[in-house]
Amino acid sequence: MSVLTNLKAVTAKWFRRDETAAEMDEEIRLHVEHRADDLERGGLPRAEAERRARIEFGSREFYKEESYAALGGHFVQTLVQDVQFALRILRKSKGFTLAAVVTLALAIGANAVVFGVMDALVLHTLNVPDAKSLYGTEYGADIAFQSYPSYVDLRDRNHSFQDLAAFNFTLGTAIDPGNDPKAAGGFATTGNYFTILDVHPYLGRLYTVADEHGTGSAPYLVLSYSYWHSRFQDDRSIIGRIVRVNKHPFTVIGVTPPEFRGTIMFVQPDFFLPIVEQETIGGNSLAERANTAALFETFGHLKPGVTPEQAEADVNRVAAELAKAYPREFDAKHMVVGRTGLTAFSGGVHGFVTALMALAMLILLAACANLGGLFAAHASDRAREVALRLALGSTRERILRQLLTEAVLISLAGGTLGVLGGMPLLRRLSTWQPFAGAPIHIPVTMDVRIYIVALALAVVSGFLFGIVPVRQVMRAHPYEVVKSGSMSRTGRKVTVREVLLVAQIAICALLVTASLVAVRGLMRSVNASFGFDPKNVMAAGVNLANAGYTGERIPQFNRRMIDAMASIPGVEAVGLVNNYPPLVYTAAFREKVFNEQTRDRTASSVALSPFRFNVSPGYLKAAGTILLVGRDFKWSDDKSVPVPALANRQFAVQMFGSMNGAMGKHFRIGDGTLVEVVGLIEDGKYLSLTEDQEPAILMPSMLYDDPMSYLIVRSKRDPEQLQRLMRAKLRGLDAGLPVDIQSWNQLLEVVQFPAKVATMALGVLGAMGAILSITGIFGMAAYSVSRRMRELGIRVALGAKRSQVLGTALGRAVRLLACGSLAGLVLGLLATRVLASIVYLATPRDPLVLGAVVLAMALLGLLATWIPAQRALRVDPMMLLREE
Amino acid sequence: MGEQAQILPGTLDLLILKAVSLGPLHGYGILLRIGQISDSALLIEQGALYPALFRLMRQGLLKASWGTSDNNRRAKFYELTAVGKKRLREEADGWNRLAAAMAAALAARPEEV
Repeated sequence: MSVLTNLKAVTAKWFRRDETAAEMDEEIRLHVEHRADDLERGGLPRAEAERRARIEFGSREFYKEESYAALGGHFVQTLVQDVQFALRILRKSKGFTLAAVVTLALAIGANAVVFGVMDALVLHTLNVPDAKSLYGTEYGADIAFQSYPSYVDLRDRNHSFQDLAAFNFTLGTAIDPGNDPKAAGGFATTGNYFTILDVHPYLGRLYTVADEHGTGSAPYLVLSYSYWHSRFQDDRSIIGRIVRVNKHPFTVIGVTPPEFRGTIMFVQPDFFLPIVEQETIGGNSLAERANTAALFETFGHLKPGVTPEQAEADVNRVAAELAKAYPREFDAKHMVVGRTGLTAFSGGVHGFVTALMALAMLILLAACANLGGLFAAHASDRAREVALRLALGSTRERILRQLLTEAVLISLAGGTLGVLGGMPLLRRLSTWQPFAGAPIHIPVTMDVRIYIVALALAVVSGFLFGIVPVRQVMRAHPYEVVKSGSMSRTGRKVTVREVLLVAQIAICALLVTASLVAVRGLMRSVNASFGFDPKNVMAAGVNLANAGYTGERIPQFNRRMIDAMASIPGVEAVGLVNNYPPLVYTAAFREKVFNEQTRDRTASSVALSPFRFNVSPGYLKAAGTILLVGRDFKWSDDKSVPVPALANRQFAVQMFGSMNGAMGKHFRIGDGTLVEVVGLIEDGKYLSLTEDQEPAILMPSMLYDDPMSYLIVRSKRDPEQLQRLMRAKLRGLDAGLPVDIQSWNQLLEVVQFPAKVATMALGVLGAMGAILSITGIFGMAAYSVSRRMRELGIRVALGAKRSQVLGTALGRAVRLLACGSLAGLVLGLLATRVLASIVYLATPRDPLVLGAVVLAMALLGLLATWIPAQRALRVDPMMLLREE
Repeated sequence: MGEQAQILPGTLDLLILKAVSLGPLHGYGILLRIGQISDSALLIEQGALYPALFRLMRQGLLKASWGTSDNNRRAKFYELTAVGKKRLREEADGWNRLAAAMAAALAARPEEV
């Protein structure tokens, strides 16, 4: 038979299915008539003849089914029938359908959103040609960061990369097209940056290696499309114009295309400028090998055939060579090679997103368990219908398919609703800028992949919970059910439904535990000791290099700023810290510390690498850091050796064995300066909230000419007023100095961000878990009450007390709840160990959390069984007996 | 009615083709014709005819048209298409060869081996 006839048959049936069905019915009816005619002629009365004819024909339903199958187009045909029938059934039980759809919408919506984030951050490569072979090196001291000379060496000595580019952040840079300086964040990049990425200009041109001839040789600015769009209103005449960057004239030479968003997944740079200009605008020097803040990350395309593992070995070989050649300046740490885009952050981001995805899947699983239970209940209520259909010659396969169709229909509706709800959330996420100061954003795109995943999840979960009643239907015996109704078995046997309920409650209890642990951790971390007190503190960031200060004039001007701040009425204390205050923008620097006697100061003889902050006298009081013993810095402290230093308790213990033993002791810092411990301060947090206790030292800022610093101003005055006054005072000192004033707490938002996001996400998932457990328990309790109405009625009639009725009706549901909660609690406690790495101070062994979980689950149970319990108590025996 | 045999799988199609080859028939008529030509030796449940009929239709071996039966009732009449006629010849030949071979095999006596 030709394919064409086959196809024609199928499509014909598909388009004229009603006609075909009617014709088939008619044909069978006529067949029976003809047979009845014959039987009548044989002497039977007409009625009896027709009855006999029908019996002889056999099961009409069955043969009709078979005939459909024989005609082809059967699958689509039955599917359409199934769908029509399912819609009819679902319309009949609106409450059930609504509950199921909403449950799934929540679960699939959550999965779609989490997957959207995962898709954006983990699954997507950078939006540039050949991104798959683009690898970056985590080539530096802490997270990435390396000196420029070390980059040049790596670029020239490695055998793995075709070419190697590097870039650094230039955050908080003032961009001024003329009398309107506004802060923006961008990248300073090597000349080969765009060439390696194969990015072509949207407008104008992009700089290349040919433009680089040392510091000051390439004052060119390339704008990102979105910055050009928002700041310059798509003004094409901007190309060739002079724009001031931290007061230095730069020529705008081009705009990058809209789809290019730099080389870190969640950072959208506003502009790009050649790294040779980094120093011009007040950034780190490229000349010194010891300056590991000169650039952030290097990357390039691997040569064909080179694996990332080989490249990593190669990079580490170069690093070892450099460590040998420059023992003082170069730290040989293990270098890692990873996909460009997340390189230095991949660990944290991957871990977090994966954990979130796992939790979202758990939610979906709980929802499936929930719906499985509902479906099983629904199916057993329909036992009579199923039995009737079986008796009429329908096959079990056909009935199962019908039930599955219903399940999948519900899950598709839920999935659609979930995705519709999730999309606005994702769109919000994609435009969300968590911090005013940093151009961080999540590059969520409404990818087809999100829809596909949501669809797949919907179908899979539909099958998952649709399959639950299968055993029930397979077992159904038509005669039994028709005889005894659906009232068979109220036995003690543990049913699938109950197992599902326990599993579901366990998952929900786990989620509730996890979210409570996270919330509690966050609460504690907000109130935790940072080693300083950020409350009532305003921080003013200045970069004196932007206003042309150099050398000796920097400490002098710092002193004037401090005095000016102190003269504001209501200010309790003022201090200054170079670079960033602790815990701000995760940008603390480490110092190499040597024993006093150590002569050769190489990497191997480093005694300790504490964090180092340069602070002015008065900083301790302004920051609220407690001085344990000794003295604060004095303005009279000068460069005469030994230079005074303050150390935290951890440093004292690690370096000198004990706190008491540290006072007055000497050590040397990286440049060989002899330092004396003049005071000890309390321990604190310096780089991140979750770090272990780290050693730290403070050095007097007035001995150094670091142009970048934060003024720390402690005052109980109204923050806005204080900000205004501070700004006015600073303008009075130098009108051309850009200042960034924020409260210290605002600045801390960046380090608290992961914990906050984790807590938020877990909070939402926990709430969803709670909702699911309510619907699950409610469904179970309501069902068990409704099935046992008659029994309850008899009990009431025989004089059972209220408590006895309740016990009978709900005892089992409550026991199941207790089992599930307990299992979930144990699981939750095990799982939250993982949480501790994200959320500071998250500990699962917290009696408050344990109590809260138990209480929460008990309340949820109470809430969910309330309505069924009321129904059980209101049973009117007479009513019921009449009804039956 | 003599002794009845369950129909062999796959033979129903051939019987239908044969029955219809003798002249256009409606469903019930086909059953009667099969009963008649097989001397009522073959028994099928009446409904089982229809899946087979539709299968043959789909294969393009049969075509159908509505008409009026001897009982003066409406009925759908089936007849062979050209392809159907060819298929009937082939199947019948195959069946005869098989039957002959089977008959020969079963008739074998010890001295012939």
